[in-house]
Amino acid sequence: MKENKIILSHGSGGKLMHSLIEEIFLKSFKNDILNKLYDSAVIDFGEFEICFTTDSYTVNPIFFPGGDIGKLSICGTINDLSVCGALPLYISASFIIEEGFDVITLEKIVKSMREIAIKSKVKIVTGDTKVVEKGKADGIFINTTGIGIKDKKINLGFEYIKEGDKIIINGDIGEHGLAVLLSRNEFNIKTSIKSDCAPLHTLIGAILKEFKGIKFMRDPTRGGIASSLNEIVKNRNYGILIYEREIPIKKNVLSMCEILGFDPLNIANEGKVIIICDKIESKKLIEKIRKNKYGKKAKIIGEIIKEPKGKVLMETITGSVRIIDMPIGEQFPRIC
Amino acid sequence: MRYIEEYRKPEFQKKIIQYIQKSVNLLKDKINLMEVCGTHTMVIGRYGIRKLMPERINLLSGPGCPVCVTPTSYIDIAIELSKRDDVIITTFGDMMKVPGSYSSLEKERANGGKIIVIYSPYDALEISKKYFDKNIIFLSVGFETTIPSIAQTIKIAKRDGVKNFFILSGNKLIPPALEFLLKEKSSKIDGFICPGHVSVIIGEEPYRFISEKFNIPCVISGFEPFDVLYSIYLILQAIIRKQPKVINEYKRAVKKSGNKKAREIIYEVFDVCDSEWRGIGVIENSGLKLKDKYKEFDVGIKFNIEMKNKEGNKGCLCGKILKGEKTPFDCPLFGKKCNPENPVGPCMVSSEGTCAAYYKYERK
Amino acid sequence: MCLAIPMKVEKVEGDFAVVSSGNVKRKVNLSFVKNVKIGDYLIIHAGFAIEKLNKSEAKKTLEILKELK
Repeated sequence: MKENKIILSHGSGGKLMHSLIEEIFLKSFKNDILNKLYDSAVIDFGEFEICFTTDSYTVNPIFFPGGDIGKLSICGTINDLSVCGALPLYISASFIIEEGFDVITLEKIVKSMREIAIKSKVKIVTGDTKVVEKGKADGIFINTTGIGIKDKKINLGFEYIKEGDKIIINGDIGEHGLAVLLSRNEFNIKTSIKSDCAPLHTLIGAILKEFKGIKFMRDPTRGGIASSLNEIVKNRNYGILIYEREIPIKKNVLSMCEILGFDPLNIANEGKVIIICDKIESKKLIEKIRKNKYGKKAKIIGEIIKEPKGKVLMETITGSVRIIDMPIGEQFPRIC
Repeated sequence: MRYIEEYRKPEFQKKIIQYIQKSVNLLKDKINLMEVCGTHTMVIGRYGIRKLMPERINLLSGPGCPVCVTPTSYIDIAIELSKRDDVIITTFGDMMKVPGSYSSLEKERANGGKIIVIYSPYDALEISKKYFDKNIIFLSVGFETTIPSIAQTIKIAKRDGVKNFFILSGNKLIPPALEFLLKEKSSKIDGFICPGHVSVIIGEEPYRFISEKFNIPCVISGFEPFDVLYSIYLILQAIIRKQPKVINEYKRAVKKSGNKKAREIIYEVFDVCDSEWRGIGVIENSGLKLKDKYKEFDVGIKFNIEMKNKEGNKGCLCGKILKGEKTPFDCPLFGKKCNPENPVGPCMVSSEGTCAAYYKYERK
Repeated sequence: MCLAIPMKVEKVEGDFAVVSSGNVKRKVNLSFVKNVKIGDYLIIHAGFAIEKLNKSEAKKTLEILKELK
């Protein structure tokens, strides 16, 4: 890490964040569970496994089309548990609130968390509250920690991925990041883009029950699918090839990216899951996913390839192939 | 009909590539084609167009990236200004990651510098009306595509009597840079792919000297992959027929006479002056400064600032890469000391800079 | 130096127009284009319309594309 000060890009889910995690946190905390860097820690308890995850939410603005910081915090933790094969059960909610924060707004956020928790059948069972002086927190920060129970018969991991496996995504990309950015209203652009924030545990639970050929899952949040796909191939003995024409993306997201000069592959999603599964099961799996309300636009977007190892390639619409790199920090709108 | 996807259908691409191959077969030597627009660099990289070209076509990237050619001293001054309590810097996003001598706007924002990314210069003016107790400084970079918008914003500022809006002048003009490149003769350029949106403003005339004085064909190209491929085909045909001329491939947006109104507004607000291009040096009459009538908006005058020449970083070949003399693969720093997370020169920082595009798309 | 896309005019309000592309809308400045009507397509760069899209030329280009098939 060359920087001696943390910059915003260290939190953006790309290369800088990964080097921060590796060089500062992993270096000190390393152990066999953490080193796997899965979305949840998977802990063996003999007859079953417990999955355990934590996440902090600092989104600005607090309310955005399609959701709010509360809904985000519960869905995010549910999804991190689900992609590791667990049934999410219990969540803790910890609040750091800035002095002067509006109580009615706080109630709204908490109500939103309650609604989604009830719908998702998870219980918020413990928590913590801190209030800090004005200026020491951006309104409100929420940390949620979740635990879920996992059947030992479910085997998910990088080690199961092999050449020929298919890569599936459950729907349109690039919505959450844009919805949040645009609702800050810095660019005076009106749009109907809404965050895709959603709990995916019923979708994931249903497919894990029926399909034994699912090898690995990840939810592509900060850094977008470019970041997640690169994480999947890093230091592995396989690569990934995806097809630009197969990637589901809404017209308004595409237009917005064209206007602002963004790459949709690098934009955060909060209701999406990347699934890697056996080729043989992929067709039936897609049909099953499309039956769920969060999977209607699911597509097979690519496959695992033998070479080049450790790289993500994309076949563009011209037929030519290019490399998709791990994004570097925050994307800024361009005029050039 | 959005007038966008319709030009992206892959079946069109395949046919033009065949035509390009047939054209190359009729020519003997290696053909060097230079594009001078960062967005063209991006399109070529993003759609893998270089890989689709026959081996004998060499696509060079010229100095069409306004971020790449902004001198280090400009960024250093912007950074210094951002540290003042009475200043808010407003900038296009492109400038945020550009390294100055010791820092970047992105890093300064993390250190508490008040820096706001805007999409339109008009939004910067709106910010100055909102924060009337601060000096809003707009980093005025960009070529002819963007200059009219900045000029019009300054006119509106004057009309509305705004006293706290300023620009840090850094705009540059494309045709003088093209002439400079051709005069230098340090690279054998056989044809130019001209920037489509700059041409929307300036029209076809400013490129005429390329065909008349230097006998080289040039094509004004749009930005869909089809446009670029078709433009390459048209240049090759002109080379085969020995017909150096200015061809307009982007007629749906570019008028022969360009946009007269936009040009009038530019020269109502700005005068032409000499300008320093990073890595190249001073090019005569290639920059703009505010006319006396609008000098009140010049932050250089308000804060008594002087631009100083600074050497580029040692070993960095950005200058030669911009001129098309070298490719990023020739630079000893490329991919090692200089990469997108730790860029040395602006060619690597700007997402459309030649080195960044090569790093992302051309590297195997 | 050229990120600009064609957007369709939905409303004209004096010096400004509301334009859209794929359900994305923005108010843009019309100082450089004349006689703007609803349904026109404008080339939008940095919040300003820099030219009107010439629909007949656009169609001609598409014809070239189709002939290439």
